[in-house]
Amino acid sequence: MKGGSVQVSMKLEMKDSPGQLVAAIKPISEVGGNIIAVIHQREPDSDTDILDVQIVLELPEGRLEKLKILLQEQGVHIQRIGEERLLYTRTVIMIGHLMHTDLSDTVDQIDSTGFAEVSELSMSMPAIKERSSSRITIKSVSKDDMASALAILRRVAKQKSLLLVEPLEDIG
Amino acid sequence: MMRVALIGMGSVGRGVAETLAKKDLGIIITGIADSRGGCMDRNGIDIPAVLSAKKNGNSCGTSGITALDVIRKAEYDLLIEVTPTNALSGEPAIGYIKTALARKKHVVTSNKGPIALASKELRTLAQENNVALRYEATVAGAIPIMHTLEHGLAGNEIIGLYGVLNGTCNYILTRMADEGLTYEQALMEAREMGYAEADPTYDVQGIDAAIKLVILANTIWDNGVTLENVDRTGIDLLTADALRLAEEEGCTIRLIAEAIPRKNILRVSPRIIEKNHPLVVEGTLNALTLETDLAKEITLIGRGAGSIETASAILGDILFIRDRYVQRT
Repeated sequence: MKGGSVQVSMKLEMKDSPGQLVAAIKPISEVGGNIIAVIHQREPDSDTDILDVQIVLELPEGRLEKLKILLQEQGVHIQRIGEERLLYTRTVIMIGHLMHTDLSDTVDQIDSTGFAEVSELSMSMPAIKERSSSRITIKSVSKDDMASALAILRRVAKQKSLLLVEPLEDIG
Repeated sequence: MMRVALIGMGSVGRGVAETLAKKDLGIIITGIADSRGGCMDRNGIDIPAVLSAKKNGNSCGTSGITALDVIRKAEYDLLIEVTPTNALSGEPAIGYIKTALARKKHVVTSNKGPIALASKELRTLAQENNVALRYEATVAGAIPIMHTLEHGLAGNEIIGLYGVLNGTCNYILTRMADEGLTYEQALMEAREMGYAEADPTYDVQGIDAAIKLVILANTIWDNGVTLENVDRTGIDLLTADALRLAEEEGCTIRLIAEAIPRKNILRVSPRIIEKNHPLVVEGTLNALTLETDLAKEITLIGRGAGSIETASAILGDILFIRDRYVQRT
């Protein structure tokens, strides 16, 4: 439920030989990272034995320097590191008549902002007339964007008479 | 020898009387009154006799003597005001406290109403008369939060505070989380245990916690906030499923009172909180985290209610006043 992971995109250059891609990926898991996408960029008419790979990954904050060192030790050359994107995650719980009040509209109000999105939704479905409960995980680009997204949810919850249970932010 | 008058003989008043009778602190009670009567004796009232009269369903004194009579006429240095809280008007306690302060008597109270509604006026009156007004027992029962703020953390800037200030709500939420009970089942159990009133509105809708938050905010920041300024949500609409959904993430739900003046936050609401967070306490316990510039975070945990537990907070105030103001003999 804590924020503070970093999204990084890296352009890596390595020898086009067996085991090299694995050598590049291994350090990522060693620093607790999570690979979001791997894109091969083999030039079609290239006759070199160099392989370009673009990797998008998510890292716990403060691990990037360690990853760079580990990659270099594996003989992987980092051509470029993309703009870091802070990925804030917060989980809220919403209680009420979620289906009757158009849950997809509630989700859309976050998704349509462009700076935040609902990344996960778990729901309980009790008897039809009873209030249901849902756990909604939101991701945003920055801390301020998360505050804006939560403000939107607060407003929507009020409009639709839903109970919004927010997380207690980290103190200190 | 210090002389005190005691107004209110409910569970807190009896706890105070019992404690004063049991501990040899050099304090005598020279006046006692409850809603049905009162008594005065400048040489000290026989407390065990009064307590046993109360136990047998009798008044603590003569029906002709009212609380105001005792406050106006008894010979005492300090008034202990422990009558039931009236959150709307604060009366008759505000009148009691004013009368005593105007007589240049120190006042110690456990009553949230007067402090939440009229703290500025009462503190000014105390100052003008060069006496003390203390109210440690109004917030978080036995936890010495006021003393901590005033003395232990003197010189610190208090940046924010977060608290579990209502034992009834915390009990209900603990039981919902631990046993998968519905809100209604947990409330019923809390009633059977004597933790919830027949009408639980005041507790479960966060009013009690909000009043305590108002008292803390005014004490710390002197910002004049009132109950109406608190953004308040209760626990009565929470579901067992919601607790389970939180549990799946290593979290639970607690009613948190929160004040962060810089962010303009003054709020009581159920919150998702990690289970290993220091504010996640079990059952009827209370907890309070202060965030300060020098000490950083300080968390206090303890009993938020109970006759003797509340008497502990009241006694702390009395002895503080004795040592600071009243000559020791």
